[in-house]
Amino acid sequence: MQYLSYMTDVFLRLDFGFSFQSNADVLGLILARLPATVQLALGAVVLWLAAGIGLGVVSAVRRRTLVDRVSMGVALVGISAPVYWLGLVAIYLFSEDIGLIPLLPGIGGYVPPTEDLSAWLGSMILPWCVLAASLAAIYSRVLRASLLDVMSEDYIRTARAQGLRERRVVLRHGLRGALTPVVTLAGLDLGVLLGGAILTESVFNLPGVGRLAYDAIVRGDLPVIQGTVLFGAFFIIVMAIIVDVLYAYLDPRVRHA
Amino acid sequence: MSAPLLEVEDLWVQLPTEEGIVRAVDGVSYTVDRGRCLGIVGESGAGKSVSAMAVMGLTRFSRARIAGAVRFEGRDLLTASDDELRRLRGNDIAMVFQDALSSLHPYFRVGDQIAGAVRAHQQIARRRARERAAEILALVGVPDPRRSMAAYPHELSGGMRQRAMIAMGLVNEPKLLIADEPTAALDVTVQAQILELLQRLRRELSTAVVLITHDLGVVAQMADEIAVMYAGRIVERAPAATLLAAPEHPYTWGLLQSIPHPSAEGQSDLVPIAGRPPSLIHPPSGCSFHPRCPYAREVHRRVDPRLEPVPDDGAAHRVACLLPVEVRRRMWRALRGGADHRQARTLADEEGTG
Ligand SMILES: Nc1ncnc2c1ncn2[C@@H]1O[C@H](COP(=O)(O)OP(=O)(O)O)[C@@H](O)[C@H]1O
Ligand SMILES: [Mg+2]
Repeated sequence: MQYLSYMTDVFLRLDFGFSFQSNADVLGLILARLPATVQLALGAVVLWLAAGIGLGVVSAVRRRTLVDRVSMGVALVGISAPVYWLGLVAIYLFSEDIGLIPLLPGIGGYVPPTEDLSAWLGSMILPWCVLAASLAAIYSRVLRASLLDVMSEDYIRTARAQGLRERRVVLRHGLRGALTPVVTLAGLDLGVLLGGAILTESVFNLPGVGRLAYDAIVRGDLPVIQGTVLFGAFFIIVMAIIVDVLYAYLDPRVRHA
Repeated sequence: MSAPLLEVEDLWVQLPTEEGIVRAVDGVSYTVDRGRCLGIVGESGAGKSVSAMAVMGLTRFSRARIAGAVRFEGRDLLTASDDELRRLRGNDIAMVFQDALSSLHPYFRVGDQIAGAVRAHQQIARRRARERAAEILALVGVPDPRRSMAAYPHELSGGMRQRAMIAMGLVNEPKLLIADEPTAALDVTVQAQILELLQRLRRELSTAVVLITHDLGVVAQMADEIAVMYAGRIVERAPAATLLAAPEHPYTWGLLQSIPHPSAEGQSDLVPIAGRPPSLIHPPSGCSFHPRCPYAREVHRRVDPRLEPVPDDGAAHRVACLLPVEVRRRMWRALRGGADHRQARTLADEEGTG
């Protein structure tokens, strides 16, 4: 009965209850934390797609060469390394106070972009890179495999038979055919991250939804935990729907089916 | 006399695979003159596609090993640079593939793909290229070209897709069109339409055509010359009329007898060639057709026949068969008269000894 009334509150009144800790409205707490999470996720997705696709194309085209082996080796390390470890290493190397190469001021001190744009950038660059690194590694491998598959398709042979430059064959005809799994994956990953990147936000002390959830778990603040989990689920579902729509846009054969 | 348009000389293509080296093309020679049509016929796996891809330079994208010479208007294509070859491809030599559905890009509109072929060789505006695409689609008999241009390949019928594929090949008015089984994926009526179309285009554009097929019936209507391929080699080559009327190779006989024709003599004529094409990794010794040849003799297992001119039949007719020419001719006469392999064989032996 309690569950039922919670759910009707959530869905009919957008009422997530109140925090045990601060007695604040849970929805308000989450919404206040949302900007940092969204900024982190959107910045990272751009970075990891660019890096993942770039690396994937290069290793597919230079298959079985040193470039391929090195980048796929690095990618394997990237996939295996946990985000918090990467994050701590990055802080150890680059942060202003304890870093070996103190390039980036403002790590660990999040500043909203509305206040100070360059300070905001300084505080976000490392979290973006760290979050993007592990995902870029996965994406480069996925894209490489997908592109290698596509490059043996009949329609690639046709593109070559037309006398197109190999660059165009790969980057237009090949990549267009190979992109679908990557886009699908990116949508779903983005959905997960919009619900809060708990590890990254915690390591870099970003005031995001993930950090909120982490703190709530530590303190046993049940309404906030429930709220953040529901919020996360909401983004995953929304992104899954967007991916479906996008999929139909990417593959004309699906569109008309 | 200028050089022939295309001259293939002793072409070898070997493809390394996990099971071993595939000798896909094993010393093939032919020439195609301007505006003429050469038919290349043989069962699947004979090396027809691979030899065509070698001519186009498409084998460069695989790990194929190639030897011999391919000369186009006197220029050697095997030693040409990648970029030289690219400029030729789709411009002077174009290729139409068997399965238009898998050979067209599933995610691009048909019109854009054809326009792309134009813009690969001419620096013209997108709009001009699209106009050109519409023209060529109309020429190949696509009704309402504008609508077909906006379609994706899967939205067209099989026949329309193959027409679009042919349009893409012809859009830059190549001097040579290589059509690799252009009708194999189509049903019989559409097949006939596409062949008629190729005939008409050949006359209107005076494009030379290499027509590849496993069906001798298909080239019979269109080719000036026919080459029969078996296990990576040409086993017989002749002007079309000669090859159809007086074939010399038992494999060609088999192909001829497996053409379904609604003849007066009835339907029982249809005799498929027994056995399967040999492995090109470990080809048979001697004559590569001997394991399937009803007339093979002991020595044919050891001696490798060469493609040699047929006596008394002009230099244009060549065959690679170890049977004595008079025996061959008696056999063919018997077969044409309705005899089966065994009868033909004994008949030829009796006459030979008697
Ligand atoms: N990419 C490839 N890699 C390895 N072997 C191949 C490849 N393509 C074709 N082959 C082999 O080469 C031989 C000739 O093939 P192909 O030219 O396609 O025959 P056809 O077109 O006459 O049916 C076949 O034995 C085939 O298995
Ligand atoms: Mg073939």
